[in-house]
Amino acid sequence: MPSSASLQTPLHALHEALGASFTDYAGWQMPVRYGSETAEHHAVRTTAGLFDLCHMGEIEVTGTEAGRALDRALVGRPSAIPVGRARYTMICDEDGGIIDDLVVYRLGDDRYLVVANAANTAVVAAALTERAGGFDATVRDATDDWALIAVQGPTAAAVVAGLTDLDLTTLKYYAIAETRLAGADVLLARTGYTGEDGFEVYCASSEAAATWLALGSAGAEHGLVPAGLACRDTLRLEAGMALYGHELTRRTTPYDAGLGRVVVHDKPEGFVGDAALRARAAAEPRATLVGLRPAGRRSPRAGYTVLDPATGEAAGTITSGSPSPTLGHPVAMAYVAPHLATVGLTVQVDVRGSREDAEVVDLPFYQRTT
Amino acid sequence: MTNPTHLSYTIEHEWLETTGDTARIGITAFAADALGDIVFVDLPAVRSTVVAGTPCGELESTKSVSDLFAPVDGEVVEVNQAVVADPSLLNSDPFGAGWLFVVRVTRSPELLDAAAYDGIAR
Repeated sequence: MPSSASLQTPLHALHEALGASFTDYAGWQMPVRYGSETAEHHAVRTTAGLFDLCHMGEIEVTGTEAGRALDRALVGRPSAIPVGRARYTMICDEDGGIIDDLVVYRLGDDRYLVVANAANTAVVAAALTERAGGFDATVRDATDDWALIAVQGPTAAAVVAGLTDLDLTTLKYYAIAETRLAGADVLLARTGYTGEDGFEVYCASSEAAATWLALGSAGAEHGLVPAGLACRDTLRLEAGMALYGHELTRRTTPYDAGLGRVVVHDKPEGFVGDAALRARAAAEPRATLVGLRPAGRRSPRAGYTVLDPATGEAAGTITSGSPSPTLGHPVAMAYVAPHLATVGLTVQVDVRGSREDAEVVDLPFYQRTT
Repeated sequence: MTNPTHLSYTIEHEWLETTGDTARIGITAFAADALGDIVFVDLPAVRSTVVAGTPCGELESTKSVSDLFAPVDGEVVEVNQAVVADPSLLNSDPFGAGWLFVVRVTRSPELLDAAAYDGIAR
């Protein structure tokens, strides 16, 4: 199918050879699935999946005051991250609205890697550059230099272990190490977006294809399959993870999304959005993010209206919704009026013209047991 | 994928197999592939009336939901309960076991032959 997206990852030819279907995503031609997205989803839950995430933005922040600059720029406290560890964080506007959600890795005392969503990379790099003004810190959008390949699933550690000398038992969740993998210099991180154990491998774009092929070969005996963006979305939804543009937007704050824990207010030098977020933390929420378990088989989708069962009036909006391959029924996330944000309550959703019941449930929908 | 030459087609990517005054209706392999793994099928009820070009059901995959359009006017005389129970038949055998419903046709718009449909489904 012809594509209007202009950017291709270094793995594009490999995806074509694998028979991938492509989708336009944030200006990139990305593999949406290789065969059955349901099979890919199940593989990640039971064995492992191999993902091309080269569209993600890598922004390097370096300098003696890189940590202070990031403390000022982000809602978290990167200066307190130990070297070799990572944090999930956000960058907000002065009004507290979320510009993007990020993973920040600390690679050295004066060296950080900030990973942004593809659609937001340019905006985040510009905001970081502006906010780093006055600090001894250099911000560089290095997205073109870095490839990102993820190996996710219960057998991911077995796949990766055969290709590196690093003892993976020392690499804890949200840790990162500079090491070699299949002969390439890589950053190996124990992070992901699927709700499973797994790794994200950052390597030079020029070594992306060789790294992908090495992981694919090593993974053959461990049930590793290439996995596209379609299953990435259903995996993260089951795991109750927010997606920028859906649960997170400029019009939502970390508190609205139930992620107030990422905001650190007691930073000595403050941060962009501090005052607005303090006010927001103290105020009654306007809407609360909840999980919904629809009673029927038809799935609510992003943008559908949630209705107050008592009045029939609009009282919220679905942000993500899909049939859950793991659970066998639809699941959805929604912003609803605070009085409806009670687990066990039944609300209604306008599903393409018919009102259908859905129960408010705890997030995540799925949690791995091991 | 090959579109069988004994079937008729619509621009909505449906096929029809006409026998006397009834037509068996399904979606093409092209449509099934574009939708991805179909997990839920909502079909019109037996004895309901459908009107060409208007929605009469839904096909839902993990990533999207699509209206099912009636390709002809008529009365639904049979629906495929097997595909309701196992929607994956639509992906595995769209021209065969994945058929959707049968209509007693009262009016049919002009339909495409396989060659004409081949030009659309690419």
